[in-house]
Amino acid sequence: MAPGWAVPDALPQSRRLIAQAYVMKFSTEMKKEMGILCLVTGLLMLIPLFNAVGPESGPLSVSAFQVSLWGKYLTYAVLAMSLNLLWGYTGLLCLCQSLFFALGGYAMGMYLMLMIGERGAYKSVLPDFMVFLGYQKLPLHWEPFYNFAFTVGAVLWVPGLLAFVFGFLAFRSRIKGVYFSILTQALTYAACLMFFRNDFTFGGNNGFTDFKDILGCNINSDATIRGLFIATTALMVCTYLITSGLLASKLGKVQQAIRDSENRVLFSGYSTTSFKLMIFVLSAMIAGAAGALYVPQVGGINPSAMEAAKSLEVVVWVAVGGRGTKWGPVIGAILVNFIKSYTTHAFPDYWLIIMGGMFVCVVLFMPDGIVGVYKQAKSYFARQRSLETTAA
Amino acid sequence: MIPHFSFLGCSGKSTVKHWICLLITAAILTSAASARDARTVMAELMQAERAEQAGLIEELSTYGDTIIADIYEAWRTGGIYLLEQDGGSQLLQFTDAQEWALVHNGAVISLSEAEAAAAKKQRPARALRKQMKRIIDTLGLKADNTALRIDSAIKLGRSQKAEFIPALEARLKVETDKQVRSALQEALAISWLANGEDAQVVEAVQTLKALNSVAARAFLEELMQAEGDNERVDSSLSDACAEALISIERHMKQQEFFGSFFRGFSTGSVLLIVSFGLAITFGLMGVINMAHGEFVAIGGYVTFLVQNFFIQTWGLSSSAFGWYFIVALPVSFIVAAVIGLIMEVSIIRFLYRRPLESLLCTWGISMVMQQGFRLIFGAANVQVNNPTWLMGNLSFAGFQMSYTRLLIILIALVVVALTWLLLRQTNLGLHIRAVMQNRHMASSLGVPVARVNRMTFALGCGLAALGGAVLSQIGNVGPSMGQAYIVDSFMVVVTGSVGNLLGAGLSAMGIGMVDQLLQPSLGPVMGKITVFVVIILFLQWRPGGLFPTLSRSLDD
Repeated sequence: MAPGWAVPDALPQSRRLIAQAYVMKFSTEMKKEMGILCLVTGLLMLIPLFNAVGPESGPLSVSAFQVSLWGKYLTYAVLAMSLNLLWGYTGLLCLCQSLFFALGGYAMGMYLMLMIGERGAYKSVLPDFMVFLGYQKLPLHWEPFYNFAFTVGAVLWVPGLLAFVFGFLAFRSRIKGVYFSILTQALTYAACLMFFRNDFTFGGNNGFTDFKDILGCNINSDATIRGLFIATTALMVCTYLITSGLLASKLGKVQQAIRDSENRVLFSGYSTTSFKLMIFVLSAMIAGAAGALYVPQVGGINPSAMEAAKSLEVVVWVAVGGRGTKWGPVIGAILVNFIKSYTTHAFPDYWLIIMGGMFVCVVLFMPDGIVGVYKQAKSYFARQRSLETTAA
Repeated sequence: MIPHFSFLGCSGKSTVKHWICLLITAAILTSAASARDARTVMAELMQAERAEQAGLIEELSTYGDTIIADIYEAWRTGGIYLLEQDGGSQLLQFTDAQEWALVHNGAVISLSEAEAAAAKKQRPARALRKQMKRIIDTLGLKADNTALRIDSAIKLGRSQKAEFIPALEARLKVETDKQVRSALQEALAISWLANGEDAQVVEAVQTLKALNSVAARAFLEELMQAEGDNERVDSSLSDACAEALISIERHMKQQEFFGSFFRGFSTGSVLLIVSFGLAITFGLMGVINMAHGEFVAIGGYVTFLVQNFFIQTWGLSSSAFGWYFIVALPVSFIVAAVIGLIMEVSIIRFLYRRPLESLLCTWGISMVMQQGFRLIFGAANVQVNNPTWLMGNLSFAGFQMSYTRLLIILIALVVVALTWLLLRQTNLGLHIRAVMQNRHMASSLGVPVARVNRMTFALGCGLAALGGAVLSQIGNVGPSMGQAYIVDSFMVVVTGSVGNLLGAGLSAMGIGMVDQLLQPSLGPVMGKITVFVVIILFLQWRPGGLFPTLSRSLDD
């Protein structure tokens, strides 16, 4: 996976030894990582397994609702991973990740809307909201979404294209740091306004809902829900592998160098614009794919999914979990959403305060997130000990 | 609650507050209007013999007092009672507040149950009703307030009834106010359109053309339609109508353009005040304050609280109430500055080296603050009234400019001047500029950087709240009122070069203007999106904004 695993023979002996030591260390770390990945995947697979063959009740029973809930968390986790690729490893705090997510979701939603066929409330081939708004025939850009393969393609290229165009313009004029964040936020804001309009042919503020089938299977049946969960897990594993593969490669090294000091990379002769652009497009595509799996599991999408605040929530997940770590975003996304599900239920008025407060605390006291707490504590105790020794 | 006047027959079910307001206004109006009170005349009319009625009605028709409409309405619907006692008879009105009031002076008295039972209901005679209705319909023409006179004239003109023409003409003879005169002329011309001879109609059309009457458009179109239906295609009348319509249309277009230009100017002014605060915290200190919008909301809410304080202490209709807005401006500035100071000391000062983290942290604070507003003031918008002296328009060459928006532009100018003075003429300003140029060098030279940071942050937050206070006069005050402005303000700061106040000012005006000029043709959403695309393209051409800071240093 990572290029340069095998040590070339042409190297002189001394260098060969050093390189071999690196490869050894690298592969043991790699093995450990793969082990964790397999373990996590295995544990996640238990959820649909228990749903399929587990008991009807008791602590081990898993309802279809819980499967889709965890499926939703996993799509969030993938979204957080895509942001981590940008923010954690490239230093670009992108505030339009939820826009890419929603675009992927909308592409999948269009397919699902067309699959409803004549079973809608108005018994028309057109989606309900179009009948309601008085459309006579399907708009041209909706036609290809009858085809599932095209839809899957669109899930990737629509966010990718937007990221490409916007990223090209932004990176070319050296917009970086907070300016990049602000412009991406404005982009999300503008897109959100656009999708709220009824005449934008995407259902206005109600968006898409009431799906029936996906690939001919009933979207509400247990088997489909399990299938979607497994697909989401697969997407997460893929994203993980892409991330770690990228990090191990030369490209990943440049990527992290850009995060640490862009000017030095620039002066070393790398075109940082194209590197950043590539990562930006890749991350947008991953976010789009996550959105596409989110929509069938949640059963709908509307423009509020792409509000600027949603993008910042994704940033919260990554920050809470630990930016620039491989599992941090996953942990953060699942944990924060778990807390959110609980608090919005138990104390609906205080959820925003809890989230805001959590965020302030994380930024102030835990700059490396939950994953970094162990390291932070270790260095804290080490310092204490060294202080004690000097005092004694 | 703003006093609300209704002329053509006061609504039967007015609220208690409404009633009180009317009483108060009536009291003010009558004291100025005449020696003989309209109430006295009404009371006399109710008890007069048929022969005397004509004279009294004649007298009544010279009054412009809305109390006539109210008392008459009560009379008509059976709210007036006659109580005959030993000492003489009393006319009483049973008010909506379930109290007895004397008709001739409005004083509230209490009646015993026996007296209340003895009181006899009074009704106007049929012949009187018709005459009274005419008086009440044209009552507004004689009101003391010019705006009310204009309203009434337009209303009467629109009805196109021949019976109002004498009243309108009579008023036109004595009217001195220019605006009211033109409203009366317009109303008369519109009335003639339906009631006059051919020559009179043509003359009326020409008058309307000269007046550029927007209200007359529908009537003129109707007239042309009628001419066409009667197959009198090339009549002088339809020509005149067509000409008048074209002229009015052109006038409207001009007015619309000027209107959006003016609105753009005032929107730009609000944006300027808000984004000045942002330019200071963001540009000068390198801190992204995502909670800036919430400081705008603080300004709005403080204005709301000050207003409530004034209402509670002096009452809604006292002259002191008008001053609340003037008081609210410095108060909101100070409150927000103090909150900003606390925020800087407790949180922001740890984040100066980490701009991206400051963005996230302040966003967290903004969430907390927004929800805090919701918990304290409720999720719905709160009502902030305009002081009376800000209501109305300044009309200049036919264009209407509301006083509120003019005041906003004025405040923006004052803010610009004060900020400039602060930055250029004071010690603090000197320190701020020094820290902005080179934090470490300034610190080495003895500038108290921490204190300068605190003051600068407080200043930025105070300016945001000032923007919010101003905004409360033209927009809604609610928990998320700042959110609508925050994205725009960031755009302003980025476009106008970070840390450059001249750039921020120019780009605020530019963005506000372009936004308002595009809105009529593209709609609010597409207008905003177009502005956004234009900004992105502009940054391609000038990545550093309007006035980039020239520097040899690299920011890494």
